[in-house]
Amino acid sequence: MKFDTPATTNPIDQMKIVGKPTNRIEGPLKTTGTAPYAYERHDVAANQAYGYVVGSAIAKGRIASMNLGEARAAPGVIAIVTADNAGKLAKGDFNTAKLLGGPDIEHYHQAIALVVADSFEQARAAASLVRVEYARGKGAYDLAAAIDTAIKPKASFGTEPDSAVGNFAAAFAAAPVQLDARYTTPDHSHAMMEPHATIAAWKGDKLTVWTSNQMIAWSVGDMAKTLGIPKENIRFDSPYIGGGFGGKLFNRADVLLAALGAKAAKRPVKVALPRPLMINNTTHRPATIQRVRLGATADGKLTAIGHESWSGDLPGGGPETAVAQTRLLYAGENRMTAMRLAVLDLPEGNAMRAPGEAPGLMALEIAVDELAEKLGMDPVALRVLNDTQVDPEKPSRPFSQRQLNKCLETGADKFGWSKRAKPGVTRDGRWLVGMGVAAAFRNNLNGPSAARVRLAKSGVVTVETDMTDIGTGTYTIIAQTAAEMMGVPLDKVVVKLGDSAFPVSAGSGGQWGANSSTAGVYAACVKLREAVVQKLGLASDAVFADGKVKAGRRSVALGDAAADGELVAEDNMEYGDLAEKFQQSTFGAHFVEVGVDAMTGEIRVRRMLAVCAAGRILNPKAARSQVIGAMTMGAGAALMEELAVDKRFGFFVNHDLAGYEVPVHADIPHQDVIFLDEADPTTSPMKAKGVGELGICGVAAAVANAVYNATGVRVRNYPITLDKLLGKLPDMV
Amino acid sequence: MKSFTYERVDSSAAATAAFARTPGARFIAGGTNLLDLMKLEIETPQHLIDVSRLALDKIEATPEGGLRIGAMVRNTDLASDARVRRDYGLLTRALVAGASGQLRNKATTAGNLLQRTRCPYFYDTNQPCNKRQPGSGCAAIGGFNRLHAVVGASDACIATHPSDMAVAMRALDAAIETVDAAGKARAIPIADFYRAPAKTPHLETVLAPGELITAVTLPKPVGGTHIYHKVRDRASYAFALIAVGAIVQRDGTGRVALGGVGYKPWRVEAAEAALPRGAKPVADGLLAGAKTTHENAYKLPLVERALAGVLAQAKG
Ligand SMILES: Cc1cc2nc3c(=O)[nH]c(=O)nc-3n(C[C@H](O)[C@H](O)[C@H](O)COP(=O)(O)OP(=O)(O)OC[C@H]3O[C@@H](n4cnc5c(N)ncnc54)[C@H](O)[C@@H]3O)c2cc1C
Ligand code: SF4
Repeated sequence: MKFDTPATTNPIDQMKIVGKPTNRIEGPLKTTGTAPYAYERHDVAANQAYGYVVGSAIAKGRIASMNLGEARAAPGVIAIVTADNAGKLAKGDFNTAKLLGGPDIEHYHQAIALVVADSFEQARAAASLVRVEYARGKGAYDLAAAIDTAIKPKASFGTEPDSAVGNFAAAFAAAPVQLDARYTTPDHSHAMMEPHATIAAWKGDKLTVWTSNQMIAWSVGDMAKTLGIPKENIRFDSPYIGGGFGGKLFNRADVLLAALGAKAAKRPVKVALPRPLMINNTTHRPATIQRVRLGATADGKLTAIGHESWSGDLPGGGPETAVAQTRLLYAGENRMTAMRLAVLDLPEGNAMRAPGEAPGLMALEIAVDELAEKLGMDPVALRVLNDTQVDPEKPSRPFSQRQLNKCLETGADKFGWSKRAKPGVTRDGRWLVGMGVAAAFRNNLNGPSAARVRLAKSGVVTVETDMTDIGTGTYTIIAQTAAEMMGVPLDKVVVKLGDSAFPVSAGSGGQWGANSSTAGVYAACVKLREAVVQKLGLASDAVFADGKVKAGRRSVALGDAAADGELVAEDNMEYGDLAEKFQQSTFGAHFVEVGVDAMTGEIRVRRMLAVCAAGRILNPKAARSQVIGAMTMGAGAALMEELAVDKRFGFFVNHDLAGYEVPVHADIPHQDVIFLDEADPTTSPMKAKGVGELGICGVAAAVANAVYNATGVRVRNYPITLDKLLGKLPDMV
Repeated sequence: MKSFTYERVDSSAAATAAFARTPGARFIAGGTNLLDLMKLEIETPQHLIDVSRLALDKIEATPEGGLRIGAMVRNTDLASDARVRRDYGLLTRALVAGASGQLRNKATTAGNLLQRTRCPYFYDTNQPCNKRQPGSGCAAIGGFNRLHAVVGASDACIATHPSDMAVAMRALDAAIETVDAAGKARAIPIADFYRAPAKTPHLETVLAPGELITAVTLPKPVGGTHIYHKVRDRASYAFALIAVGAIVQRDGTGRVALGGVGYKPWRVEAAEAALPRGAKPVADGLLAGAKTTHENAYKLPLVERALAGVLAQAKG
């Protein structure tokens, strides 16, 4: 089905099942520990051996020598895979560095060997006996020191490095009120619960991997390329994923090494990346240095908006697209954005939840707060005043829907924003208390997505698609979609995901999964409905409801259409140019109240509210869950998350969950989420958009602005930790 | 992890005898620290002597009016003991500020005192670390050391001792009772228990090899207001940036011990005389001779301010 004109009324609009707060259909499996995650799939292949990855001890240089003798002789060892004996391997399109390094080393903890043994303990013990001599090379590890060497990168995922409209320099120089400030955001780790893990098995020249992966088709393609075998010979299966946040968009060392290990050991092999390896072996959100310049008239109209960002990556990598939202968020005639990329020999940078917008808004939305203060304006009012209903770089292109102002105003009302006092004056015992606000913005992306639906005689509808559920609730919204379309209750729908044998979906990433994958299911269900009415000889306007198909005075059980055999329909939803005609984005407003210990500078969030405008909300329960999770992650980015770079040795030092702190329950006392009632007919027949990434966008800035309101101390370098406040706090209790 | 042998013993004498018999042996109690270190091959004992079921799991009154806490008393049990809560509130508060409920259910009094540093370089066997591998250097000096020591450190090691419990024990003048392989018992004041890193940061306490901790004793209660303020970036389940454990009497006198600043819970009795005059002179005395890095210099003002907050809270 091609979606090239805005949606009109369709069966989803009934909203009998779609749009209702719905428990996860696979929830009981997860809460009882019976949803099999990759490493636990003991039954899929007999005789599994264990692989343990050896990571490079240096960040850059060469392996001078590698002695496998002791490790080979260790108890239980079956095989050892290294670049020397693995055969020819290509690099996948989605990987910047090789998944199996050597003799050249590109980053710290790059995998250099896999030791396969009968037990996990034997593999791990033997891995420590792999003796490696290195010739350490000179690398660049310090972003601040490298920005002078940064270059203009090529477009990244369709985002050009530069943009310019009007005459920014002149307008900024002439602006009566100006803000020019620099902000930094550190490297972040996805830090999801489930590590990267894979079981691999070969049958002849056919490979199956049971893994944990967000993007099945991309990863099958990359694996085929890396191994030099046809795609058809590879099957990926990834039904349950314990979080990814972008860290599992691509193949990592576990997949490749499990496959190579299984080949070498001639039996199935399972590999999980241990926590310390996840941080330096896999991808992370790159640090940025950002400069924001805002020029405004005395009454607060933005006349000049400039945003520059510097980030680093391995050679061949890409920039963190931290200026992307600035091209669209506020009105203003004169604008410029620019991204520059330096070479850093740290581990590979890549997408993490709301890549670009998350760090970009961390800077921009403090800048707006700073400008409001210079103007003597309320920061909510300043944002409302500078709303735009069209793409400010291309005014002929309207937003498909944009209720940012309503988000801000609703939030201000519900949060008690009017009680916000001037900085540094609100006290609650030993706590300095403050409120902050920030706008949330994230583009909506749609991608082609296919699904197959089967109707059985029992009336059960089974959906098959290689779409993944990374903890987001995909199983449930797909079931809701199929149930609504076929007129059956939720418990008559079976959803099967994550298998590359199924039709290719949009996958999970960039908050495109929910709308795209359900639109694919919609398309397949439209075909199945056609097959049903044809089979039953009903009029084409038959109504599907209550497990029956009704036309005129006839009412037939849905399952009867499959009486002589299963009915199967498959379709792919494709998109025309509506996303070019209309700017499709999601919006929100975050409100945060913090307390800052007046003596120690310890910062504690007291309450948070998000108001989101993100199209039709398919499952408000799962969507809320996504948003509060994202708000939590945003609080982490604001207050504690930072991969500490060792600038001498070139690695992230705090490479475990004791060192890389993410919020715990005690950090997040109270959260509320409000979804505005929307349906966007330009996005798909589902009229939905993403929310999973919107939720993190702007949160950290709202926290930062609240800290400023509490203390009168402006911190522009994340995370905002007490050491950055201490010298500037009031003297006495 | 290296392969190892294991035995469980049922008496202190059997424990020390087993140690004498098996080279490369270690005691294991709750295992919450030692096992992690073994998995990473930071510790590589060839033999484990499980002392966790020794009958050293009681808290008893001493004739002197204090408490004798068995070495195997779990952190949870110690924190929730009615006498401890009533008379040694600082200890309860320090304990519950540490780790998580699950860990405290396993962690023992002896194991807690002997837990090893959380210096991230100590945890990465690719990096130089004098504590892990004597003579290899110290990666934290000149590296990421925001969490590291500001007092008592050496050119060989700037690690801190991570225990919260030990900070309270230090303020309470605890003593550590031990027995060695020859059956000889001794009591070591906690002030003398930890060794300065100097040139040998791998030697952390004055315990002789195979010397078993059997109990920790607390002198009779000293009254006063007991406050433990653990300062950290997140609200729970994080090691201290610094911690202040204080016992403040009505007349403003008292005791202060610090966590997160040095290789041991840090207390300078002489500095406490200044308590009635406020936080600054006490902090100055506690931190005299401090040596900071660019990244951990904040600990000095933080100690003073945290202490000022604690003193204000004690006043009520
Ligand atoms: C995730 C995490 C977070 C934590 N957070 C904190 C925190 O915030 N604050 C804090 O204070 N602690 C924290 N801890 C540390 C925890 O308190 C210690 O791991 C625990 O107290 C150690 O006790 P154990 O009985 O498990 O010791 P074990 O691991 O069994 O032993 C530790 C050491 O003591 C030796 N030993 C044990 N018993 C004896 C004995 N009777 N005589 C002689 N030697 C003995 C062992 O040989 C070993 O060297 C944390 C730990 C973890 C894993
Ligand atoms: S501070 Fe001590 S523990 Fe840390 S690296 Fe240096 S020597 Fe090792």
